[in-house]
Amino acid sequence: MAGGKEIKSKIGSINNTRKITSAMEKVAVSKMRKAQDRVAATRPYAEGMRKVIGNVANGSLEYRHPYLAEREVKRVGYIIISTDRGLCGGLNTNEFKKVALALKSWKDKGVDAQFAVIGNKATTFFKRFGGKVVAQQAGSGDVPRLADVLGSVKVMLNAFNEGRIDRLFLVYNKFVNTMKQEPVIDQLLPLPKADIAQKEHNWDYLYEPDPQPIIDMLLDRFVESQVYQGVVENSASEHAARMVAMKAATDNAGNLMDDLKLVYNKARQAAITQELSEIVAGAAAVG
Amino acid sequence: MAMTVQLDVVSAEEKIFSGLVESVQVTGSEGELGILPFHAPLLTTLKPGMVRIVKQFGEEHVIYVAGGVLEVQPDTITVLADVAVRGEDLDEQAALDAQKRAEEAMQHAGADFNYAEAAAQLAEAIAQLRIIQKMRKK
Repeated sequence: MAGGKEIKSKIGSINNTRKITSAMEKVAVSKMRKAQDRVAATRPYAEGMRKVIGNVANGSLEYRHPYLAEREVKRVGYIIISTDRGLCGGLNTNEFKKVALALKSWKDKGVDAQFAVIGNKATTFFKRFGGKVVAQQAGSGDVPRLADVLGSVKVMLNAFNEGRIDRLFLVYNKFVNTMKQEPVIDQLLPLPKADIAQKEHNWDYLYEPDPQPIIDMLLDRFVESQVYQGVVENSASEHAARMVAMKAATDNAGNLMDDLKLVYNKARQAAITQELSEIVAGAAAVG
Repeated sequence: MAMTVQLDVVSAEEKIFSGLVESVQVTGSEGELGILPFHAPLLTTLKPGMVRIVKQFGEEHVIYVAGGVLEVQPDTITVLADVAVRGEDLDEQAALDAQKRAEEAMQHAGADFNYAEAAAQLAEAIAQLRIIQKMRKK
């Protein structure tokens, strides 16, 4: 009997794997819903911020913030948001591919890059890939807090202020829908023109105390909130991707089990047939 | 009926309050402020403290904010609240921590060791499954 027992134990182990993947799928579904709610909850703040900054950019002309001024690009910074865990399909791989492509085109122009990584997967990737990692953050869990990203953002903002980088980008997986997540590279600094709504008006705020510290603070907060939004969106993408990946794995395990059961039954029948024919042959030899 | 103005209190993590109010009291960086409808455009930073809201029909409501920015327009008031008390030195500390973690992570093996192990085991199991599949097809 060709490994009847082995096949049976294999069926058992596939069944166990299938139980795990189907449990992970269900967990991912519920986590994705919560993450989607969080994405929605972060929007009003960013919108409010954008509106105020748009008004300020129009109103106070005497103070031009460095975040708004384009300068020649010699070095660039990337904040890269990845997941902490794997088993979520090609989510991280696609993202890193996109980053690698962008880096190549910078390199061709002779531009250096620095990275701030958020999430274990990006850390591991850059350890292999090489590159100057100046900040790292991992283990935010399923409920990311703003405080988790502040350190990494501050490192990059300092680098920008001190002229160590001339542009800052944010990379994360955008949650399009349950089936589709898209890696995107957004420019954070200098603030892209389109982000600052150019409404025509000729009034200005009363500032208390002075415009400068308020605008400084606003722009810092704005960048922080953009990064936080990226983290939240990436987390929704992670759970959606994991849900799809685990569903596929569960289906595959089911198919495999059906096939193996067939093989097992064939082997069992072959063994019985063989045994019977041996007995008959033995009886014939005696008789 | 008293005049009202639209008030939104939002933080980076959630929307805290949104609705029509008769007046708002906040702690600005320069002192207490009371805002009524049709106030001139004003932009100021907030100190950690209470936001006292008198909602439409006179109902009072108090929210704690850990600092942030107050934007006033004649027809809308927006409080962009911080999620936690912030300070320059605290931010600096967080930045240093992130830098230190980067150095450590680049030097040492992956911290999430159990996870890597589990992933390796899973890969092994999948390889075994493939072999079985191949054997079966012969």
